[in-house]
Amino acid sequence: MAVSSRIQLRKPFLTTKRREALIFYLLVAPWVIGFLVFTLGPILFSLYVSFTQWSMLSQPVWVGLENYRNIFQDPDIGHSLGITAKYSLASVPLRLVVALFLAILLNEATIAVGLFRTAFYLPGVVASVSVAVLWQWIFNPRFGPFNAALRLFGIQGPSWFSDPNWAIWGLVIMSAWGVGGEMLIFLAGLKGIPQTLYEAAEIDGAGRLQRFLRITLPILSPTIFFNLVMSVIGSFQTFDSAFVISTARAGAIGSPLKSTLFYMLYLYQNAFSFLKMGYAAAMAWVLFIVIVSITYLINRTSSRWVFYG
Amino acid sequence: MAIQTTSRPAPVARRREYNLGNILHKGVVYALLIGLSLLFLFPFFWMILSALKPEHQIYRWPPQWFPDPIQWSNFADVFGNPYLPFQVFIKNTLILEVGMITGRLLSCTLVAYGFARLEAPGRDLIFGILLATLMLPGAVLLIPRFILFSQMGWINTFNPLIIPAWFGEAYAIFLMRQFFRTIPKELEESAIVDGANRLQVIFQIIVPLSIPVVTVIGILSFKDIWNDFMGPLLYLNEVSKYTVAVGLAYLNGQFDTQMNLLMAASVTLMMPTLILFFIAQRAFVEGITMTGLKG
Repeated sequence: MAVSSRIQLRKPFLTTKRREALIFYLLVAPWVIGFLVFTLGPILFSLYVSFTQWSMLSQPVWVGLENYRNIFQDPDIGHSLGITAKYSLASVPLRLVVALFLAILLNEATIAVGLFRTAFYLPGVVASVSVAVLWQWIFNPRFGPFNAALRLFGIQGPSWFSDPNWAIWGLVIMSAWGVGGEMLIFLAGLKGIPQTLYEAAEIDGAGRLQRFLRITLPILSPTIFFNLVMSVIGSFQTFDSAFVISTARAGAIGSPLKSTLFYMLYLYQNAFSFLKMGYAAAMAWVLFIVIVSITYLINRTSSRWVFYG
Repeated sequence: MAIQTTSRPAPVARRREYNLGNILHKGVVYALLIGLSLLFLFPFFWMILSALKPEHQIYRWPPQWFPDPIQWSNFADVFGNPYLPFQVFIKNTLILEVGMITGRLLSCTLVAYGFARLEAPGRDLIFGILLATLMLPGAVLLIPRFILFSQMGWINTFNPLIIPAWFGEAYAIFLMRQFFRTIPKELEESAIVDGANRLQVIFQIIVPLSIPVVTVIGILSFKDIWNDFMGPLLYLNEVSKYTVAVGLAYLNGQFDTQMNLLMAASVTLMMPTLILFFIAQRAFVEGITMTGLKG
């Protein structure tokens, strides 16, 4: 009797439903706290910092929109954004074409597929710093194998990373080496295309090229869209490779002659070399707006070329 | 019926016609696969050869392909260098690995279980916010997080890298939640009837059944932490605190670094992820394709 009355007393406070909700909040609390402290808080704070002048050695000084005004007048902003855009325009299509091509080859093969897949995927697994250090040596103008290969065709290769006109193209070529992730995503997409479609098209007399253009590409278009958006976002935040290669042998960030001064490198330089935290925070917001706008534009075009089955 | 019978012979004839074409096609496919995979592997090959050469054989034209004699001492030089102690870098990186992976797996398991199984007001909203954070470019968080951690006095400690890992990571939470939802509920219900609490359910029923997804997350985390450059670069500024990746970039930044030693150090940084990849290839492939399915 006593037991049942106790249960009746407790019921209004902790019904099973409320108990479950309480446990839910307890379990999810780590992420919510982490989100507030390490993500949302910093984001709001960074908005404030972007309106101040702050070297972190003294108190921040409110300067209103001055940082943003300066961004539009700073020639290095336009320069670094231009380099980043140029790199993105060259490397993203190159990466997508190489990744798709490799995926199609793998999809056609039946023997030793795992072996080939490993060979193509491997470069995408290793550390970006190692990749940069290694390719610096591959692109060595005098002793590197890349120019040696060009010489076989009678071409005198450029000085790559020590030539301001060529450094960025070295980075573009290097980026095509690490397409393993995109390739696997394409491969998964290709595996999902029903074989019967190809058989039907073949019976109707469609050639290989036609089958590729009329079946493979349209069905794969959501995957292409995904890889495109991810690569563009990634390319606008390029940092590791350009940082490691330009600072080699005591070089300046973005050297030679600021030719690899990517936007993120210039942001890093402002924050940690010039100690202009306010300016760097404003730069980050500008980059955020640029990335969101580009993603939005790509998304707007997608209704014309992305087909969802 | 009539149409079917008349159209049937045509494809058979076509297929026979195509046989030669098909053989040719296969030939081209395999030739390209072999050629391209050798091309993709060549840089690794060149790196390892360079890492084993004495310095004078590195700068030689025409290039000397194979090191003669093989100079294993390059690796000893990388590890024995008092100014760039790579053995310390490896130790530092391993501290980060243990601290971060433990924290991530533990916190993500708890959070993901909550999202997968429990009903509560606001759950879908919180989950939506969690997914939205996946879209956030890291650049926006760079400066304010640095300021936050420096105000906390955490610069030049491992805290800015390890502590946040204990508060869950959106992508891992998402993967685990998806996996947990495929586990039949009946298993837990009978355990709860038998008097088990939620933590017991999570660690004695859910976790043992989720080894595949936990392995994928653990392995991919190991790789990401090992390869990470920007995080350690920002927060660790004493040589004695460097990770392997930052140590290699630092070695690369010295004016007079020997190329063969640089390559030996580069091999050192690459090797653990390569070995891990060969042991657990499936986890890598699954992790990537799961990422793709997300979009």
